[in-house]
Amino acid sequence: MTDRPDNRARGSLAPRPGAAPVWTRVTTQTLTEVRSTLRNGEQLLLTLVIPLVLLGGLSQTRVVSLGSGPAIDEVAPGILALAIMSTAFTSQAIATGFERRYGVLKLLGATPLSRGGLVTAKSLAVVVVEFGQLVILVVAAYLLGWSPNGSWPAAVLLLLFGTLAFSALGLLLAGVLRAEATLAAANAIYLLLLLGGGVVVPLDKLPSPVADVVRLLPSGALGEGLRDVLLHGKGLSAVVGPLLVLLAWGVGATALAARTFRWE
Amino acid sequence: MSWHVLLDFRLVPSPEPAVLIEALVVRYGSKVAVDGLSLALPSGAVSAVLGPNGAGKTSTVECCEGYRKAAAGRVRVLGLDPGTDGAALRPQVGVMLQEGGVAPASTAAGALRAMASFYRDPLPVAPLLERLGLSGLGRTPFRRMSGGEKQRVKLAVAVIGRPALVFLDEPTAGLDPQARHAVWDLVRQLREDGVTVVLTTHLMDEAERLADVVAIVDEGRLVVSGSPQQLTSDSAQSLRFQAPPRLDTESLATALPTGTRVVEGPAGSYRVDGDIGPALLAAVTAWCAAHDVMATSLSSGSRSLEDVFLELTGRELRP
Repeated sequence: MTDRPDNRARGSLAPRPGAAPVWTRVTTQTLTEVRSTLRNGEQLLLTLVIPLVLLGGLSQTRVVSLGSGPAIDEVAPGILALAIMSTAFTSQAIATGFERRYGVLKLLGATPLSRGGLVTAKSLAVVVVEFGQLVILVVAAYLLGWSPNGSWPAAVLLLLFGTLAFSALGLLLAGVLRAEATLAAANAIYLLLLLGGGVVVPLDKLPSPVADVVRLLPSGALGEGLRDVLLHGKGLSAVVGPLLVLLAWGVGATALAARTFRWE
Repeated sequence: MSWHVLLDFRLVPSPEPAVLIEALVVRYGSKVAVDGLSLALPSGAVSAVLGPNGAGKTSTVECCEGYRKAAAGRVRVLGLDPGTDGAALRPQVGVMLQEGGVAPASTAAGALRAMASFYRDPLPVAPLLERLGLSGLGRTPFRRMSGGEKQRVKLAVAVIGRPALVFLDEPTAGLDPQARHAVWDLVRQLREDGVTVVLTTHLMDEAERLADVVAIVDEGRLVVSGSPQQLTSDSAQSLRFQAPPRLDTESLATALPTGTRVVEGPAGSYRVDGDIGPALLAAVTAWCAAHDVMATSLSSGSRSLEDVFLELTGRELRP
């Protein structure tokens, strides 16, 4: 900035306002969100490294006695549930909490992207990251000898409803608490649900009064639903209960988040 | 014939103000941040909303940006209601927030490219970076940039979509003089190219040098608005000096021509209003000599925006 440049040679700043097509706005923001997740080491640890380590560890050592069949068959569905929870809930809550703190959400709300476009892009980004996670985890599970059975459409439906429920809960958390509190709460809830929420450890390994409660948590519904399908070979009709639980959490948390979310 | 003249006159569109605020009230709980403020800011000009911290500048601007709802009153930006016409308004308006807006891990080019993708015909990224002296930042993340660099990145983000109107909230807060001049240069260039600029500031010299229109606000109300020249020169000239506090200003006034006013405020700062000329200057210094008073920082001339603010609010404008 030592010499004053000839601004005329650098092109005019004259107004030419206009928004890009909504499709372009939302897809570029989705890619921005995906890139920032993939570049963040802590997020990768949460979304990929921990599920992979647990998948390998629990399927090779019988630290937790889960059942009679090959260990990988019992472990893999829960790890898929964990992957959904880590991306849609924990990772999204933490990222959104800090974006709010740094004014990123506020500024994007004033651009043609708008708040609606931002929420859409965030949801799409979660689905994109999950797709990558699931591909890697499913391939890894197959390499470890996984032989799933049951209805894939039912499994996909559970994964989608689980994403809805956990996304809404993550945004609910991030929209109300301060960024640091969101970070702490999202990690603590992740750990609690991982250990006792019916994600990896089947409900029949929990004391029965506890199991009855955990069945109604989104973690328990997703984990147990996926085990019912992929481990026990059940069809869609057998997982209507877990699907309804996930839907109720999703709708409830969305309604609450829409009313309480603070953008700045 | 006369109605032809009238009709012709009425057919000439009077340029609509870019920002029109009528009796705006903004409340946070029981606290009133903006208290019946009315203001019209012209199109194609640089307008500065000037006032001390807590005057309601940011609240006012955030109503125009669609962030806040007015408790009462009306806001029109480019003829649109920011509350209900946001989708039509957002592509035309660039925003620079006072606090944040860019992710700490973003590079300058990354932040600009992402923002550019939301607009139909954005400015090319590289020349804009170069224009603002940001080309050398490379892969430096936003969190590691200096205050001046951050401020310029935020400014670039506000203009990348070729807006017709930009809101800059304290664009030079915390900048060193060099970075401040870089921001001022871009603001001047924006005006030259036909972009309407509305900025908030608590810096008198920024408003005085940069703005075509200055609106002074205090305690949520408009104190006065006009061009800096109008505000500073339409009153009589004055003579100012520093001396020990609590001089007998009445005694001084009686030693001066009738119609001359002497006021102290703040303590130890004196202002003499009247027909300022060599004779009056001599009379003031003679009175000081007779009373053994050493006057320092003696100056005469038209008042500054600082004086205007002090005169109209009875308080000093301090950040």
